[in-house]
Amino acid sequence: MMAEKHLNWLIAGLLLAIPVGAWLLGEIYTVTLATRVVVLALAGVGLNLALGSGGLISLGHAAFFGVGGYAMGILASHAQSYQPLMDWPFLIEGTKSMPVIWLVAMISGALSALAIGALSLRTSGVYFIMITLAFGQMFYYFAISWPAYGGEDGLSIYVRNGFPGLNTLQPIQFFGLCYVLLIAALLVCARINASPFGLALNAVRQSAQRVETVGLSPRRLRLTAFVISGAITALAGALFADLSRFVSPTMFSWQMSGEIMVFVILGGVGRLYGPVIGAALFIMLEHWLGGVSDYWQLFLGVLLLGVVLFARGGLIGALARREAGHG
Amino acid sequence: MTMILLIEQVLNGLQFGVMLFVMAAGLTLVFGVMGLINLAHGSLYMVGAFAAATVAGLTGSFLLALAASLAAAAAAGALVEIVVIRRLYARDHLDQVLATFALILIFSEGTRWLFGSFPLFLDVPSWLSGPVELPGGILYPAYRLAIIGVGLAVAVGLWALITRTRMGIRIRAGESDREMIAALGVDISKLYTVVFALGAGLAGLAGALVGAIQSVQVGMGEPVLILAFVVIVIGGIGSIKGALVASLLVGLTDTLGGVLLPSLFAQVMERSSAMLVGSSLASMLIYILMAVVLVVRPSGLYGVRS
Repeated sequence: MMAEKHLNWLIAGLLLAIPVGAWLLGEIYTVTLATRVVVLALAGVGLNLALGSGGLISLGHAAFFGVGGYAMGILASHAQSYQPLMDWPFLIEGTKSMPVIWLVAMISGALSALAIGALSLRTSGVYFIMITLAFGQMFYYFAISWPAYGGEDGLSIYVRNGFPGLNTLQPIQFFGLCYVLLIAALLVCARINASPFGLALNAVRQSAQRVETVGLSPRRLRLTAFVISGAITALAGALFADLSRFVSPTMFSWQMSGEIMVFVILGGVGRLYGPVIGAALFIMLEHWLGGVSDYWQLFLGVLLLGVVLFARGGLIGALARREAGHG
Repeated sequence: MTMILLIEQVLNGLQFGVMLFVMAAGLTLVFGVMGLINLAHGSLYMVGAFAAATVAGLTGSFLLALAASLAAAAAAGALVEIVVIRRLYARDHLDQVLATFALILIFSEGTRWLFGSFPLFLDVPSWLSGPVELPGGILYPAYRLAIIGVGLAVAVGLWALITRTRMGIRIRAGESDREMIAALGVDISKLYTVVFALGAGLAGLAGALVGAIQSVQVGMGEPVLILAFVVIVIGGIGSIKGALVASLLVGLTDTLGGVLLPSLFAQVMERSSAMLVGSSLASMLIYILMAVVLVVRPSGLYGVRS
């Protein structure tokens, strides 16, 4: 048992040390796996803000993940083919520059979250779960039926996008970039949780009525959290697309939403580093069980069922001393 | 657009709608009585379809296959309720979502393990395979008409069960106050198992009926499940009447939208881009419908709680 803060430092340290060690030993595959962990963890960090701090059970976060992915895919494919995105009323060209793509991905993610959130937050509880799931599915079907960007087949990007001063084609450099973004997002979330906004959001989760009686609007607080959450998950989507250099409608699928939620739960809901350790565990299980059996998801299902029924609080809840966090 | 084609599409929409109703009825009943959100409802739909395909392959009888789908899905439902779901009633929705998501993984991978990844085929029985001539000279597949008939029969049956039987009285009582009816001596946990198995059986029946038109494969249940959620959101959670109205609305909107929108857009733009915009918009139409209902009536057409 240790304090959650020390456990977090340990996780962050290991997450950096393992891929760097693997890279020194020439194990490039491990670096790629670790990059996957970092990127998926970032998606989970986004969801954790809505789910853990805001208590919003969104089963539609794949929508934002996919929007981020397609922001990258669309911009890069236009740069790849030298066709401008549009030339009227003003010229917009594609780009292969990561910072620009990230910004576009986050803005698109935030705007989609604003639209979905404004509608879904008219309701609560089980309605909210079903509605976010349905809107996620809407994005999925739209991506399939819109042929301009690959439709069902998706989009391939031949060369990974660039970042000024780095060679992103080198797995370890790309890993470093993703890692820095993850840590930045975690710091932002820690700041948010400690800010007046974060405290109010936490209060809304526990008792919306009380928050309303002191003059704050629960709906506006929730919507703000949902939008920030969508933007972070969209950033993860753009990185994920860059990692595999491929975008397809499966990024929008309901399974993706479910998986992002599983990262958060495996690690521990409302724990800052929960999604990180959850994503790491998920990828390790996928890697190991996937090597043992083609039906590894069966075991994942049994494990998940066990965690939900008997081990609430997730991995961090089991490893760290009882403090913060909640079930 | 000829009249005959339009009527055919309306019938297709009705057929799609009543199947959605058979799915959604079980979901909404389970939510109404037990307050549980069950993502694994689509897995029970799949179980029904696989049971039907297996029995039809062994015996060649479609009616036996349908009976098997009902029985297998109801049995799977009862088993899952006793082993897992029962522990979730007192938990919050997040735990319910996760546990039933885990059940989806278990059901899907287990089925893939048993049956392989290739789709199975369930044939429409010979006595229903031809077309029927409707008044006005319209030829329409007999099987699809039969599906509409079964769906409406399920609707009437559920209505009778809930309003006319002792069991129905208990279900309604369970919806409004579960502690009270437990105190009055009703074995509430048995009632829950029966309601869950009933919903599961209906989902299995829907899976078998639709499986004969489409293919029977792993993962077939979840797209239907999500549509059933849309139906429930539009109709209002817990309301069987709402589920019926909303599923017909969704079935008709989806089917007619897919046919009408492209030709509608063709009036104002060139044909190829009309097809493109029309079909993309049609794929989003029911979600737009859901959004509109949410803006006008956040608790659904027939919902009571906010």
